[in-house]
Order: sequence, then structure tokens, then C-alpha cells
Amino acid sequence: MGKYNILKHELVPAHELLSKEEEEELLKNLGIKREQLPKIRKSDPVIKILEEKYGPIEPGRIIKIIRNNSRTSGIYIVYRMVVGE
Amino acid sequence: MSAEISKGIKEIKFALLSPDEIRKMSAVKVITPDTYDDDGYPIEKGLMDLAMGTIEPGLKCKTCGGKVDTCPGHFGHIELALPVIHIGFTKEIYSILNATCANCGRIRLTEDAIKDFKERINAIKSKLVDVEYDDIVSEAESEASDVSICPYCHFENKKITLEKPTTFREEGRKLTPKEIRERFEKIPDDDLILLGLEPGVARPEWMILTVFPVPPVNVRPTITLETGERSEDDLTHKLVDIIRINQRLRENRDQGSPQLIIEDLWELLQYHATTYFDNQTPGVPPAKHRSGRSLKTLVQRLKGKEGRFRSNLSGKRVNFSARTVISPEPFLSVNQVGVPIKAARELTVTETVTEHNIDRIKEMIRNSINVDESSEYKPAVNYIIKEDNKRMKVTEKNANELADKLQLGWKVERQLQDGDIVLFNRQPSLHRMSMMAHEVKVLPYRTFRFNVAVCTPYNADFDGDEMNLHVLQSQEARAEAEILMKVQENFLSPRFGGPIMGAIHDHITAMFLLTFRNRKIAKELGIHILSYVNVDKLPPIHKDEKGKEYFLGREIFSLILPEGVNITFKGKINDKIIDPDGTEGLVVIRDSKLISGAIDENAVGTMKGVLLDYIIRKYGNARAAKFLDDVTRLAAGVISYIGFSTGIDDEDVPLQAKAQLREVGLEAIRRVEKLIENYKEGLIGPEPGKTLEDTLESLIMKELSKAREKSSEIASNYLGIENSTVKMAKSGARANMTNLAQMAGIIGQQSIRGKRQHRGYTGRTLSHFKKGDLGAYARGFVTSSYKEGLKPTEYFFHAVGGREGLVDTAVRTSRSGYMQRRLINALEDLKVSEDRSVVDTEDSIIQLVYGEDGVDPSRSFGGKSVDVDFVLREKFGDKYGGEKQ
Ligand SMILES: [Mg+2]
Ligand SMILES: [Zn+2]
Ligand SMILES: [Zn+2]
Repeated sequence: MGKYNILKHELVPAHELLSKEEEEELLKNLGIKREQLPKIRKSDPVIKILEEKYGPIEPGRIIKIIRNNSRTSGIYIVYRMVVGE
Repeated sequence: MSAEISKGIKEIKFALLSPDEIRKMSAVKVITPDTYDDDGYPIEKGLMDLAMGTIEPGLKCKTCGGKVDTCPGHFGHIELALPVIHIGFTKEIYSILNATCANCGRIRLTEDAIKDFKERINAIKSKLVDVEYDDIVSEAESEASDVSICPYCHFENKKITLEKPTTFREEGRKLTPKEIRERFEKIPDDDLILLGLEPGVARPEWMILTVFPVPPVNVRPTITLETGERSEDDLTHKLVDIIRINQRLRENRDQGSPQLIIEDLWELLQYHATTYFDNQTPGVPPAKHRSGRSLKTLVQRLKGKEGRFRSNLSGKRVNFSARTVISPEPFLSVNQVGVPIKAARELTVTETVTEHNIDRIKEMIRNSINVDESSEYKPAVNYIIKEDNKRMKVTEKNANELADKLQLGWKVERQLQDGDIVLFNRQPSLHRMSMMAHEVKVLPYRTFRFNVAVCTPYNADFDGDEMNLHVLQSQEARAEAEILMKVQENFLSPRFGGPIMGAIHDHITAMFLLTFRNRKIAKELGIHILSYVNVDKLPPIHKDEKGKEYFLGREIFSLILPEGVNITFKGKINDKIIDPDGTEGLVVIRDSKLISGAIDENAVGTMKGVLLDYIIRKYGNARAAKFLDDVTRLAAGVISYIGFSTGIDDEDVPLQAKAQLREVGLEAIRRVEKLIENYKEGLIGPEPGKTLEDTLESLIMKELSKAREKSSEIASNYLGIENSTVKMAKSGARANMTNLAQMAGIIGQQSIRGKRQHRGYTGRTLSHFKKGDLGAYARGFVTSSYKEGLKPTEYFFHAVGGREGLVDTAVRTSRSGYMQRRLINALEDLKVSEDRSVVDTEDSIIQLVYGEDGVDPSRSFGGKSVDVDFVLREKFGDKYGGEKQ
């Protein structure tokens, strides 16, 4: 059985890794510190998949998650900071 | 880079007190069971020794020198003549006894096994999972207890049993606490980790008491009764018992008394020690007072609803609050609450005397003189607080003197007066509308009263419900309550973005009576009705053929509408028989004149009131409150003067209808029998995904519900709008046509969990039926009506069905309450910050935009941020042909 890309499952929202420049801009726009963002574990299966695409993702990087199932606003974007473990 | 993540409590450690520690923390060795001498002075080395602190204002603590308010209290100790078992550790003692060797003290596991277990423990050490550690310990202990020959000294261990509560036996021979203690002393520190103990902070022998800690005096204060008699705390009583028996035991032991006597006394000491910790230990008769009341000892102080945790730590009691029964009062505004004079005179607001209010306050102080509760209520002053915070009670005698002495900067606690802002609350407080701010209106009698439009948010009725009232004490609190918590500020529910308050029950009936078919109301009567409402003009006067003057209901209703109301919407009436041309069901208001349609639940009812919603949004909360107040008053007037009543004869149907109804029931039963016959002959095939039996059941259910619908239809046909019950059902005031049909026609199938009744005896529901009877009657179909009364079997099935409802609500409330509490605890300190993001106390982001769309549902239009139709209709009026409400 080949490895299944969970990002292709309809229930898993799209995940993207922000570039360092995008990170700076995002934090500037939101007016917050990196640590205030919600977290995602480095051991999260999604990060493993993203690492295949972007190379190793060290803690502190920001993941953009695009959800399209918000009951109030339709599309809703969240950002999560990668933490260790 | 490393991320900063906030931390909470990492670990809590529990340890055992060693005898040395108990002695070290002790301020005095207690040796006599006496408390006070004849002068009432604490006896030295007694249970009330001053070294353990003091509870008498004049005396100083011998240990710290502090007085009552500064001394924290200090422990003492009792040296026990012989050790006793601590009742809280019997389970641990039992498992340790069976897991270790009686001879050498090692755990009865091989070196390899020990190494194995220790490795597993080390592996989970870094993780915060005590459950796993507990599992490993119990695994090690049960493995060790299966071994009887010690792997180290080859001693043959015997099985030890626990005879509840505190007797351990080794093959029948009783083990004394002393022996157990000696065995435990031999257990090496290295093995403790496998027994669930941490070396250094806990030794197994410490579970057997040789020294007994005596709690500080202020933990068990002496109570002096009014008669001057002293009464000791239950814990002190128990300690007296322990010291007495301990003394006798020591004497007997030292004298070398017979073993039997010593054992008896030892047993007694164990009993007192056990009940000192827990007076409800199973198998131990509770220690009792002379009066027969059982003593409240340590465990009883903490446990249960009245225990320290649930009663004192989780429960909070407040001052400036009142509680009494509630009752309705249509002449109060929705924003008001009627407070009984008795309560108003007890509840106070603190006011600081300034040059602006000094004259008013002086007069209030003098109001304490010659209070006459039969005349108009005048607030008086209960206490005056001088600048040095000295309080003086205002009495009839000193009122004049105090009023003259009153100075700027002093404070007074004045009684409640009309217009004060208070919080009003009914438990269970399930949503924020369970606690709202009201304006006080002081009234006679003994109940809290309010406008029935606020019954819905409080979920209150008047069958004996009680509510709480809290008087706000600071200007800031009053301002905040008025802006955020006032009833009118909570008209729109944050749950669905519509009005949660509105007319209910009789108010809907009254509005319906007034406006349905534009009722003509004799001028005389109309003026009486209008006297209930504050209106400054009369509706147009019409004359009938005989020259009698009358008003029109819709024109009376139009008086209470704000100016400029233009709205069209569907009413609740949707019935071709009652309303053939559809004019009653379509409410049209033009320039605040009700042109057509009946005002019913859809116009002014709770959660549905379209007109109410329109007024709230277009004219604001204050005007909406006025409208609701007027609806309430008008309704009271209308229903008082027009009159409305319902009785059992409202459910009378003509003989012809009765025959039709009976036929419906019989027909249903025949059809069911036919279905069963077909089933038995194998003529019914299974529906997809169902067994044959299920298919039959669903076909029968379909047939039976058809019967009830039919009976409902027949009932509706014979009961017209002139019928009071029908009026209530059709206007949405109370009940529905199905309830009516059940009273007049057929009650219908009684089900449990959506199925026909099938449980009870083998093969049948009741012994009244044949085994295997699948017929309608045998499975809970009720053909009687509530009015005729049910047959015995029907009555039973009905009770079964009713019980399911009760059980469901009981289960649901406890479960949803638990879920809600968990949610509240998880979310309680989240807040919406200025940029609309949701953050916690550490400013960590929970949501970038509140609710993902940034909309406050209680400021929304049914959840949407803008109601485009509303805006366009307001702008273009009838020219805008868009969606009608
Ligand atoms: Mg009630
Ligand atoms: Zn002290
Ligand atoms: Zn041994």
C-alpha cells in the first residue's frame, strides 16, 4: 500500500508553509508576537507531509491553514506556529 | 529558536507525615484530656494548651505571642502507647503486606523483574501520566503477591487477609499494628518505588501511627453558648477519647496487665483513631454525642454538599441580596422589578454625603421616625458611617440627633428606593439573560414582581418559583449594569439574533381577541380598556345602524405603535376555514395603522415576534420596551373587559363527530389487523435495510399516525374559531391543534424510543393480551380521548410513554449541565480584544476574528450582519418589491 497524502483528503483543510518574508509581513499586519499564534506540533502528520515538499520545518515557522467550512464566514484562514515534539 | 509557551502548575506531590515530622511541628505534647480549669483558663499540656494558639480575645499564644487575629494556630501531638492503623491507608497497607517478604522486607520479585519494572517507570517519568505509573505499581504488587517463597531469603510467606475495617490476619492469626510496623521498617528504600511510594518523603511504616497530631485550637474552637455554658468541637471530643484510652493503655501496659485487657484497650484506641479520621467508615459504628447525633470528624468536614469544598470553597455567599417568591405584575415595565417593602428596608445602598445630597439624606435619616407602612414608602437610613469608619445604627430615638450631626464626607447606608438599579436572577443561570438589571419599584406585600414578558429569558413561572436580587454598591457597577445588563439591552438573544422577550400566553390571546376580524368594541368598554394604557388620544369613533358608538380593535392596537411603522408580514393564522380570503393571516401596517391581519404570536410573541423585532431595530431598545409595556397593559385591559375562559366543554364535539372519530379508530385497528394477517401469510416483503418485523412495524406506525392526523382533522372541522381552546391554539398563545385532538378525539400511539410498546411479559406487553398479539391495542394504541378517559391498559401505556419523557429530561439536564460547566470553565477567561480577535489571559490568539466573521450575534439580524431587505424596504417603501418578511 502506497503512502497516502492526508492533505488530499476532503476533510483536511489546505496547509501551506509561509516564507520568512511572509511571516514578517503577517506578524506586522496582525500586530502580534509569533508566540501568540495558535500552535501546531512538529510531529503533526500534516507537517511531515509538508516537509516532503518544503524540506525540514524547524519550530517557530508559521503554517497557514485555509478552511473552507466556516459556518459563519465560509472561508476562514488561521495561522499556526510550529512547536517542537 | 525556542517558543515561549505559558506554563501552569507542573506537579503536585503528596507525602506522608513521619512521626519525627509530627513531633517537630508540634508546639506541645498533649498529655491530659482536660481542656479548661475552673476559672475557664486553658490547662497546660491539655487539649486547649495556649501553645496551640488561642481563641479567646484576651489571651496570647504561647508559641508565637500573637492574639486571636494574628496567631495562625499551631499543632500539638500525642505520643501513642501502642501504634494504630491510619484508616486512610488500609488498602495500601494490605497490598504492601502481601507484596513484601515478612522476614527480610524485600519485595517478592526477582532482581530481573525489579529491574524491568524500574525501567518501565523511568521511561514514563518525564511524562505527566500518573495513571500509567499507578498501573505499573499495581501490576508489580499483584505479581509480587503471587509469589510466596521470597526470592532473597527463601522464607515462606503466608497469605494475609484484610478484615474490614482495620484487622489484618495471617492465616487466621491477628497481626497487631506493631507487628505490621516492624515488617514495614525492614522494607529497603530501593523497593519503595515499586510499591507506589517515593523514598525520602514516604515510608510505609508511617501509615501506622505512633504519634498523633493534634490540630490547632482555632481549627476546633470552643463555642460559648448564650447560657455561658461551653461546648467543645467534635474533634476535641474525639481527641479527649483518644488521650483517655491512650493513658489507660499505657498504664495497663506498664503494669503488665493481662494481654486480653491490653488488646481490648488497644482495639478501643484503634476505634477512636479511626472515627477521628472518618466517622462513617463502613463496618465501624459511628461515634455519637450524648444527644445521639453522630460526630462530625475530619472526613465529614470535607466531604459532600455541606463539606468544605462544595459548600465553602466552591459556594459563595453575598451580602446585599434578597430572595423571595415571584409573581406577575402587568403594570410594571419590563425594566422594573417590584420589591416588597420588607426587603427594601433591609437592603441598602451606600451613599457618600456631599453638598448636593446632604439635605436629602438628612430627611432620609429622619424618615426612621414614626414609620407608617400603610402610607407611601419613604426610604430611611439604616446606618451612618463616620469618616473614621465607625458605624452607627440609626434608630427612632437617635435619628434627629444624627441628622443634625451629619457631615460632608460621611457615608450612609440608605434603604432601597424607586429607580435603584439591581440585578435580578433566577437559577439555574444557563445564559446571560438569567441575570439582568432592573429598576426597583418598592411595593407592598411579600413577593418580587415583574412584567411577564421577562418570564422567557429567566425561564420563570409563578407556581412557587423564587428569585434572587442583588443591590449594586458602586457607581461603576450601576453604570455598567445599566448599559450592559438592563432588560431592554437584552431583547435580542445572542443565540439567534432575534427577540427573546415578548408577549406570552394571555397577552397573545388578548392581542388576538382585539385584532382578529377587527373586533368592534363598544365605546364605553373601549375607554375602560384604554385606561390601562398611557395614550393621549382616542381611536376614531364609529357608529352602528342603531347609532351606538364603538371602536375598532385594530385602531385601538394602532395607538400603541410608534410613528412611521410600515411593515407587512405573515401572521400565524394560515387556515382556509377561519380565514378564507387570507386577510387575517397577512398583517399589513401602513403609517402605524394596522390595516389588516390579526396580531398573534408571529407579531409580538417571544422568539417569533416580527413586529417586535422591527420595532427594536428601527426605534431602539427604549422604544421597544415602551411598546412591550403597552402591549402588556393593553392585553390586561382587553382580557379583563372582553373576558376569556376555557373549560372542559370546549372539547365537546357533536355526536356526528364522535361517531366519525370512533370510526377512525376502528378503521385504523382493522387496517393494522389486515397488515398483521398479510405478514403472517408472508405477503409483506422486507423494505430495503429492514427486517420483515421492522417493515411490519413501520407500516403499522404509518397507519396509526395517519389515524391520529385524521382525528385531528375531524376535531378541527368541528371546533371553530369561536372555541376558546382553538383561539389559543391558532393564535399561538398556548397548545396546538394536536393537543386539542387528543382531548376531543384520539390520543394515539404511545411509544417508547420511537417504537410501539413491546416490553413487559414474555411475548406480550401486559397479561391482558394473548402472547404474540401484535395488534394495535396490545402495543399501546390509545383510541380513547383525554376527555372520555382511558381504559386501564391504555392508561398503563400512557404512563409508560409519559415516564420516558420524564426520564429523558432528568438525564438530559444533568448531562447538558455537566457539558456546559466544562465549556464554561474552558472558555471563561477568553475575551474579544479591540481588534476583534479572541485572546486568552496570556494574549495568545484563539481566533483571529471573533466567530470567524466578527459579528456579534446579539447585534445581528438573525445571525447576518446586515438585513439588506430591511434597509431597502425602509428606503423605498412599497416600491421595493423584494422579499416580504
Ligand atoms: Mg416553576
Ligand atoms: Zn501562635
Ligand atoms: Zn525475604
